[in-house]
Amino acid sequence: MNAFQRMNTALMVDETKQIFKVSRQAFVDPDILEAERTRIFDKCWLYLGHASELPKPGDFVTRQVAGRNILFARDAKGILRAMFNTCPHRGAQVCREKHGNAKSFQCFYHGWVFGLDGALRSQPGEASYAPDFKERSTSNMQQVPRFETYRDFCFVCFDRNAETLDSYLGPVKEYLDIIGDQAAASMTIVGGTQEYSMRANWKLLTENSIDGYHALTTHATYFDYLKATNGGLVPVPLEGAARDLGKGHAVLEYKAPWGRPVAQWIPMWGDEGKREIDRLYQGLVTRFGEERAKRIALFNRNLFVFPNLVVNDIMAVTIRTYYPYAPDFMTVSAWALAPKEETDWARKYRLFNFLEFLGPGGFATPDDVEALEQCQRGFRNSTEAQWNDISKGMGKETPAYDDELQMRAFWSNWNKHVFAASA
Amino acid sequence: MQNITRADVEDFLFAEAELLDEWRLPEWLELFTDDAIYYVPSTDVPADSSPDKNLFYVADDRFRLSERVKRLMKRTAHAEFPHSRTRHLVSNVRIRSCSDSEMEVAAAFITYRTKDGVTDTYFGSNRYRLVAENGRLRIREKRCLLDSEGLRTQGRVSIIL
Repeated sequence: MNAFQRMNTALMVDETKQIFKVSRQAFVDPDILEAERTRIFDKCWLYLGHASELPKPGDFVTRQVAGRNILFARDAKGILRAMFNTCPHRGAQVCREKHGNAKSFQCFYHGWVFGLDGALRSQPGEASYAPDFKERSTSNMQQVPRFETYRDFCFVCFDRNAETLDSYLGPVKEYLDIIGDQAAASMTIVGGTQEYSMRANWKLLTENSIDGYHALTTHATYFDYLKATNGGLVPVPLEGAARDLGKGHAVLEYKAPWGRPVAQWIPMWGDEGKREIDRLYQGLVTRFGEERAKRIALFNRNLFVFPNLVVNDIMAVTIRTYYPYAPDFMTVSAWALAPKEETDWARKYRLFNFLEFLGPGGFATPDDVEALEQCQRGFRNSTEAQWNDISKGMGKETPAYDDELQMRAFWSNWNKHVFAASA
Repeated sequence: MQNITRADVEDFLFAEAELLDEWRLPEWLELFTDDAIYYVPSTDVPADSSPDKNLFYVADDRFRLSERVKRLMKRTAHAEFPHSRTRHLVSNVRIRSCSDSEMEVAAAFITYRTKDGVTDTYFGSNRYRLVAENGRLRIREKRCLLDSEGLRTQGRVSIIL
């Protein structure tokens, strides 16, 4: 019996004493990772991509999702498809490019040709196959069992019996709506993908992405930088709330002193920026009324969708997803999302904002990477030093954005999945 | 700038590499003009893309570049404290074009970074726009084109490439 089989929980919880601890085994044990693969990543809805990445018929991207190779394409009729990128004949990856536009997909190994919808069109030596071979569904590229979208966010699920995406997301939709409503027409992924990795457990990035407590210490140099920008900050205090959205999802919603291209002006942006931000804000008021416009424009949101999607609507809008390759190694992919119709000015400052804080070359993310990797090093002591503490804010009626309610929401649901069989 | 030879450019780039490897970043910053830019584009956009319309890894104007240097020299730049050890290797230096006021230079690079027992390798091509100011070469643009597919397995660009 392995260590994981002897466990039936990774949590130590006592509400009255306000104790919430997580076993560090959860970050290092290969059997835990295996359980996560089968009980979380094989069961939950997982982010695949954004519909705006495939504007025209024939557009495609190839992507890894939970270890699978997925071909994400828009077919000739304009319908989005998520297919396993493997030839039904002998298994080779059919599409070997990262992105592009195609009229059909051809497996180079034996030359089978598939339509954009994955249907087998032709293969060399057709006469040698059974007469109805092409009509059999098993001759086609296999579709991912479940593929659904919400406001252009495209998700897959490998569990045929899973609840609908709509039901899975539940209250998350309200926040995706707020983000989507920033655009009068639609939101689009900006060109360029940030792909990087961390030598740390994937759950550390989940925690970090919704952790409002570490900003002032981990990101001290970023705040130094903002102060040096002479007008990079406005007198808005960092304050707000954390909410448990159920099913492991969580959100932080808060005000912050940095500029938001939709739509909080900072003096550094000058008169041109002021006109632009005023115009954007008026547009929101016209479309949604004063109250909702304020919420969209003046509040930041760090939205976490269980198990591995983070949509940060902060000084820019980011989409980030990540996967474990080993207990101590994950890969990360990140994109910038923006209103399709925004002006060159707004796009430029959005990306400027993104880069000064976010991403592996920003003034903040490298320090997060360092923190996570140092935690993973700390877990080498986990045989003796066994527990993480995430009790901050327990017992409060409304936990603050820098409390740890959102981590507890994640871990409670994670625990339910991983130890489902032994419960 | 017609009288500047490839050997002059190489000396300049080798000296830049030395400043970076010795963490003399404030001196390194002085190699740049006041209107300088330093770019590391993401690896799935064309080499000549604009950071105004595409997501990069790094897109610094001179102000942010100087702030980057300030940051990296602090103890609170946790990603680089203690400093990692690096070795910037510069090779295949070519003068691609040269006018009276500016020259375009391409150079291959390999940069090794070691910290906490882990060594990362960054490699690619640096495209420079160089100018002469008061008889000295200066960098107006350094565009660092990574050859790797994304930044895996490095995870961060917390050094200057």
